[in-house]
Amino acid sequence: MSESPRERALRTSLLQRSDQWKAAADRARRLSRQGTEDVGDAMRLVDDYRLLAHDLARARRLVPETRARRFLEAAYAQAHATLHKPSTHLGYAVWSLFRDQVPEVVRWLRPHIIWVSLLFVVSVMVGAWMVNTYPDLINLFASPDLIATVERGELWTEGLLNVMPSSVLSVQILTNNIVVSLFAYCAGFLFGLGTFYIVGLNGIMLGAIFAFTRQHGLDDELFRFVLAHGCVELSVMVLSGAAGAAVGEALIRPTLASRGQSFQVAALRTGKLITACVVLLIGCGFIEGYISPNPEFPLWTRAAVGVGYWIFMIALLRGWLFGRSRDHTPIDT
Amino acid sequence: MVERNEATIDAPDEGHEGHVVDSVTGVDVALHIAGPGARTYAFVIDWHIRVVLSVAWGVIAALIYNGRWSLEAPVEATPAWFVLVALPAGVIYLLYPVITEIAMRGRTPGKRMAGVRLVTHDGSVPALSAFLLRNVFRLIDSFPAFYGVGLVTCVVTRNHVRIGDLAAGTLLVYENGDESVLEYVNPQALGAKLDGPTADIVNDLLRRWNTLDEAARGRLARKVLSGVSPADWSAASTAGLRGELERVARGERA
Repeated sequence: MSESPRERALRTSLLQRSDQWKAAADRARRLSRQGTEDVGDAMRLVDDYRLLAHDLARARRLVPETRARRFLEAAYAQAHATLHKPSTHLGYAVWSLFRDQVPEVVRWLRPHIIWVSLLFVVSVMVGAWMVNTYPDLINLFASPDLIATVERGELWTEGLLNVMPSSVLSVQILTNNIVVSLFAYCAGFLFGLGTFYIVGLNGIMLGAIFAFTRQHGLDDELFRFVLAHGCVELSVMVLSGAAGAAVGEALIRPTLASRGQSFQVAALRTGKLITACVVLLIGCGFIEGYISPNPEFPLWTRAAVGVGYWIFMIALLRGWLFGRSRDHTPIDT
Repeated sequence: MVERNEATIDAPDEGHEGHVVDSVTGVDVALHIAGPGARTYAFVIDWHIRVVLSVAWGVIAALIYNGRWSLEAPVEATPAWFVLVALPAGVIYLLYPVITEIAMRGRTPGKRMAGVRLVTHDGSVPALSAFLLRNVFRLIDSFPAFYGVGLVTCVVTRNHVRIGDLAAGTLLVYENGDESVLEYVNPQALGAKLDGPTADIVNDLLRRWNTLDEAARGRLARKVLSGVSPADWSAASTAGLRGELERVARGERA
């Protein structure tokens, strides 16, 4: 069926504007890459957006299966993305994250933190009970090398600095801790079961190892080793677990229209706490690499470092380090 | 802006599944969702780039560290070797996706070559936190090997997303950034001299000229020219036909 003269005229008048589309697409691409502080440039993009929307609506009707329509679709989507690009001021974003958002997430996660802490403590007790009652069970939780070392009356941490330098040790430890912490968080995707498994297993292992070293009179030495970095490291494990549990709960009991949306909101919200956890674990890694294995540090120094770093953690999570007070106004990023 | 998460459209021209976003103009933004194929293609390119970069750093740094043509690592790890050679190579490999996605606003070199980019469900560029989160969830997506979990979720989910995308609220969509329009036609010629539908056909023919065989382009050119000019084109050479088409496109022929 041949088209009417009116349709031909409309198509012609539409295509006559192709130069404007190209200019609009170029501007949208340029501003997407570089941004601008020129108000005139930004206003022209808003005008372009209207122009592209108007012509795209006509193109979808008049020339639905042409390159002109495809070009307009792509240009319109590009202009849309450029106009709706979130403003990013890294300094404000970091300040807002640690001053307002992380404390808010911690307050929201308070029940999860309590429950996961309880799970961890119970797991430690279970691990200790298991190895105290059935000493052979240590084979489930520790490597043969570790068992042999402890049975010789030594801790595997002794002479650690002779094997590798503190810097290398620190980075290896912090990398490992960060991966475990992130894994405990991400495993919440399995309706929280993965998180509970990781937190529970870590707790049981800790309890079992302490019970095993106690049987060989080395628990004091192990406590000395763990004291400086362990306070924060174990707290971060609980925090990651709490974040993972919240993600799992969002899937089990969605509070929004769908499980997917609920999961997404919970993940984005708790992800902020994970950023703080990673920062804290970097500090733990350096303490564990430089202070914990070094026998020259006395117990009181280790206690001061452990407790001091734990107080630092509380201050970070409450936003005090970034100027948060009771009557604060949230930072507009 | 209201996001219609459940809406899918059929893109008649390309056959990709689509995601429709309402906009303030009242005209929907249509985004074509990239499937597992495009995603895998982009990943394979990116994986090769990050491996090459990481190995290149390791090799160059090892040569500098050793001060001779040797890549040999010290028997006992020294801080200098670790800081100069091993650590940066590992950091390049691990942080390549997140750094490139943030720096290139949802693209990576691989995604750019595959013609795809990351957007949020409302069609905008994802925030920094979304980029970080989708990369953290690689821990799960890469399970048990070769991104098995990610690939399976990508195949079975409606918007072809992996778990990291579900968590961060991101979509991988086709970019179509290189699509052009009426590049051979002078828009000023449209109107009395040349109507829109003919201009579209002339432009398309000129664009595809070199990919068509001689008989086909001659036949098509004669058919188009007979519609815009009463002259007899049956004996014209293909070079002559192309010249005439270009004159028509420039509006030099009444």
